[in-house]
Amino acid sequence: MGDLTFHYSYIMIIILLVIGLWGMLGKRNLIKKIIGLNIFQTSIFLFFIKGALKEGATVPVIDPELGLEAASYFNPLPHVMILTAIVVSVATTGVALALMLTIYRNYSSLEEGDILERMGK
Amino acid sequence: MSGFSSFLPIAAIIVSLIAFVLIILFDKKPNAREAVTIIAAISKFGIVFSMVGYVLDGRYPQMRLFSLSPGIDLALRVDEAGIIFALLASLLWIVTSFYSIGYMRGLSETRQTRFFASFALCLSSTIGLAFSANLLTFYLFYEILTIATYPLVTHKGTPESIKAGRKYLAYLLTGGVILLVAIVYTYQISGTLDFKPGGILPAGASFAELAVLFSLFLVGFGFKAAIIPLHSWLPSAMVAPTPVSALLHAVAVVKAGVFGLVRATGFVIGPEVLADIGAGGVMAILASVTIVIASLLAFRQDNLKLRLAYSTVAHLSYIVLGLALFSDYAWNGALLHIVNHGVMKITLFFCAGAIYVKTHLTNISDLDGIGRKMPLTMSAFTIATMGLAGMPPVAGFVSKFLLVEGAFADGRAVFGVVLLISGLLNAGYFFPIVYRAFFKSPSDNTGKNEAPALMLIPIMVTAGLSLLFGLFPDGIFHFFNLAQNAVSQLAGGIW
Amino acid sequence: MIEHLPALIPITLILFAFIAGVLGVMQFKLSRNVAMLGALAAFVLSVTGTIQVLQTGPMHYSFGSWPPPYGIEFVLDTLSAFMVLVITGIGSILLMFPTKPGFMIDEQKGATVYTVVLMLMAGLCGMVLAGDLFNLYVFLEISSLSTFALISLGGGKAAVASFRYLIMASIGGCFYLLGVGFIYFSVGSVNMADVLQLLPAVYDSPSVIGGAILMVTGLCVKMALFPLHTWLPDSDTYAPPVVAAFSAAVQIEVSAYVIIRLILNVFSPEFIIGLTPITDIIAWISAAGIIIASILAVAQQNFRRMLAYSSVAQIAYVGLGIGLANPLGIVGGIFHIMAHSLMKGSLFLIAGGIRHHTGIWNINDFQGLGRRMPWTIGAFTIAAMGMIGIPPTAGFFSKWYLLLGSIEGDQWVFVAVILISSLLNAVYFFRIIEKAFSPPAESTASVNKTGELPKRMLAPILILAIGTLIVGALNVLVVNELIMPVVEGL
Repeated sequence: MGDLTFHYSYIMIIILLVIGLWGMLGKRNLIKKIIGLNIFQTSIFLFFIKGALKEGATVPVIDPELGLEAASYFNPLPHVMILTAIVVSVATTGVALALMLTIYRNYSSLEEGDILERMGK
Repeated sequence: MSGFSSFLPIAAIIVSLIAFVLIILFDKKPNAREAVTIIAAISKFGIVFSMVGYVLDGRYPQMRLFSLSPGIDLALRVDEAGIIFALLASLLWIVTSFYSIGYMRGLSETRQTRFFASFALCLSSTIGLAFSANLLTFYLFYEILTIATYPLVTHKGTPESIKAGRKYLAYLLTGGVILLVAIVYTYQISGTLDFKPGGILPAGASFAELAVLFSLFLVGFGFKAAIIPLHSWLPSAMVAPTPVSALLHAVAVVKAGVFGLVRATGFVIGPEVLADIGAGGVMAILASVTIVIASLLAFRQDNLKLRLAYSTVAHLSYIVLGLALFSDYAWNGALLHIVNHGVMKITLFFCAGAIYVKTHLTNISDLDGIGRKMPLTMSAFTIATMGLAGMPPVAGFVSKFLLVEGAFADGRAVFGVVLLISGLLNAGYFFPIVYRAFFKSPSDNTGKNEAPALMLIPIMVTAGLSLLFGLFPDGIFHFFNLAQNAVSQLAGGIW
Repeated sequence: MIEHLPALIPITLILFAFIAGVLGVMQFKLSRNVAMLGALAAFVLSVTGTIQVLQTGPMHYSFGSWPPPYGIEFVLDTLSAFMVLVITGIGSILLMFPTKPGFMIDEQKGATVYTVVLMLMAGLCGMVLAGDLFNLYVFLEISSLSTFALISLGGGKAAVASFRYLIMASIGGCFYLLGVGFIYFSVGSVNMADVLQLLPAVYDSPSVIGGAILMVTGLCVKMALFPLHTWLPDSDTYAPPVVAAFSAAVQIEVSAYVIIRLILNVFSPEFIIGLTPITDIIAWISAAGIIIASILAVAQQNFRRMLAYSSVAQIAYVGLGIGLANPLGIVGGIFHIMAHSLMKGSLFLIAGGIRHHTGIWNINDFQGLGRRMPWTIGAFTIAAMGMIGIPPTAGFFSKWYLLLGSIEGDQWVFVAVILISSLLNAVYFFRIIEKAFSPPAESTASVNKTGELPKRMLAPILILAIGTLIVGALNVLVVNELIMPVVEGL
């Protein structure tokens, strides 16, 4: 049973990852690229979160009943790291949106093909 | 043989570097610029000449500056072979400087600052590579020389000269990178790059390693030494102003290639090792082929400078052939021919330039009766051509005699025959010019019209030097003794 | 005080970034001066740090006194000292370039530009100093984010280029982060020294190998290693000159440095070289990249784009050095980081200066420029000689070490690659030198009227160009003191 959930969640993560990559590299629309970027990043966050999980453990706040046994708590470090990574991701998305606006103002389009055409090359 | 620390070698290099900077600073003052050139040339020669005595005594002035790479220093060491080359280059720089001033003024050329500055830089690197104590230092100056000559080749800025510049760079930079591999490989095999008479390679090197190394050196230097089929940049580079062709493409640059071969064969790989792997034969055959083909090609040139260029190609291979024979006579001849060919060929180029400045003629077929207009110039020309053909009492005779004797003494008569035939060919392509100049009547009779003194005197001086070295091979500058000492250094137990 | 040095370098930059931003809103000139002061202060700290490291060995700094592996650690050893010297040194010089031509903005609008530049430098210094894999990621993203903003200053085309870079850089960054996850879940730590200790137990685990490959791949994107370089030509062509110089001369090198750091101090050479094909692959794709990018550079008419392709080729030299994975090869790679940043920094500033001063960006229009701007073209010539690898420039010596490394590794193909590439370099740089030194043509009126660049532009250009000569002459000092100790273990 544990094995199955293990595979199930990792397979979902991989699917998300591929969707995200496809969105970034395969789609021609800039908005879709940004969406792809977010999906991609999210899949990696999920990977870290999944890795922090432990069967039968609880939130990493020391509980006198459970004692100091590390196995009884989820690993907090990946959560902390991902918290930071989410901040980075939000910032990246913000910059991406700002760039997109600039591009739209200059070329009145968000389709990569049109933009390249209007860039004159 | 011992070395002693001295600032002289570095001073000899720095003199013209300072001149380089000053010439650029005096961009707008032609007189100051020319004065700087002359002063630098004379002081450079003085410094080099002052070291001759030490070297003859077997005490080598040397200098270690700083490390270029862990274990390899920027080091200078003045030995016999080095000082022969340096003495020749710095001596001829003096005459060329005067001549250039006359030439550039005579043609009111533009961009003279660039011209004189590049010239000074070229001379710095020539002396630097002559005095280098190891291959990396040598390479450093060798490449600077390549680059510093480029502005001189493209001096005129015409499409033709730009094309020649490209060809020049394509050939010489290719040679440069191949040489770099040779150097790195040498370092890999032997762990040192310091020149040592007799070679620095360890005894255990395999045939394959040696063959690869030798080929890399031969090809790498072959570009600059204009060994056929790597020669074709040299005729193209004749679009440069005549003083450039005279000093750089007859003395400094091409001789740097030949001098590199001297270092590679005598001081890196070592004649003994080369003889073992049969490299001498390869080199000698290549050189012989070059001598014959270049001489034949020279016949076909109507342009005077081109004919001289092909003659240079042939004569460079005299030296290469001499090196390839691995005998003391031949080496002695080869080292002397570096000097002798230098003074004779520079005379010829000077004459070509003088003719061009006075009459704007470049083709031999137009030179009918030029000897009557410019008798002094053409007399000098005649002396130099006699020397190149190997006739006494001009300098060429001495070195050629040694080369031929080396070939015969070593039982390789065939190469001696090549040299003798080549003498005939030399006569064949040079004497018609002399004949035309003196014995055909000119199309117009304008009377005597010699080049200005600034050009004529250098011509007289170099022609005089050709005679001097023919009559007294050891006169004043001790070239003969130096060459002999260099060879006996190498020959210590080898030949 | 001295023990805080590793942390002080990025913190100084961040502090000054903040001050410069606040001041920038009030008075722009002040912001610029403060930024230069900040960069210089960081440089002085780097020099002090380097001297300290040379005297007493590597410095470790734990934030909040939490000992590693629990706390965050900054490490200043000879290699990171070398890199912060490059980053802050080149950064300070690049900042000297005037704002308008340098960043292509008007002073009124550019209130915060220097904040972003200092943040970029802080991010890069942080990447270099970080002692754990995750903080390295954070700093990597800080530097990336600053770069996106800076590139987009170049106008519409630059915004498109920046967007593309953003997508590629995010993929690279995320790959790296994913790799960190693999490593973390394999050994339970992200502290570099700790990972080095713990890894041997799990060397053959697929997730460690996968993690290593993911991290290196991600960094290869950031370092624009062929064939992952596609973002670089556009961004370096359209970005403002100083930004392009930062990106080509410092930023991609820092990513290369991180790969070296990973190989040497995180995964250990035995693992990377012995158990994975990573270095071989890097070597071969670098070799391909060197040749292909050089050929592409030859084909360019736009000066900036040519320089951009040349950067792709040059960073592949560093890649080749890494891939050779023997001491001399890595010395060559690391030394080339410094050499290339000097040369390319100078070249991009020259491109920017000429463009701003005369409007020329096409190589064909350079005719006669040598006469008009002797100092600029002179500096260009020196930098170009460095790129070709003519002694005694720094570029020659990186080539020298790389050749030594290749021959020591018996890799004759790489020898040939290095040689062919120097000839190709000669082709595309001499094309410009030849044009610039030809007599001016009638048609290029803009050239005939122009004069030398203003002194403020010329100063950083000349410092960088002369720097290539000085660093070349002093290469043994750099190599022996800073680089050799790092690669001795190989």
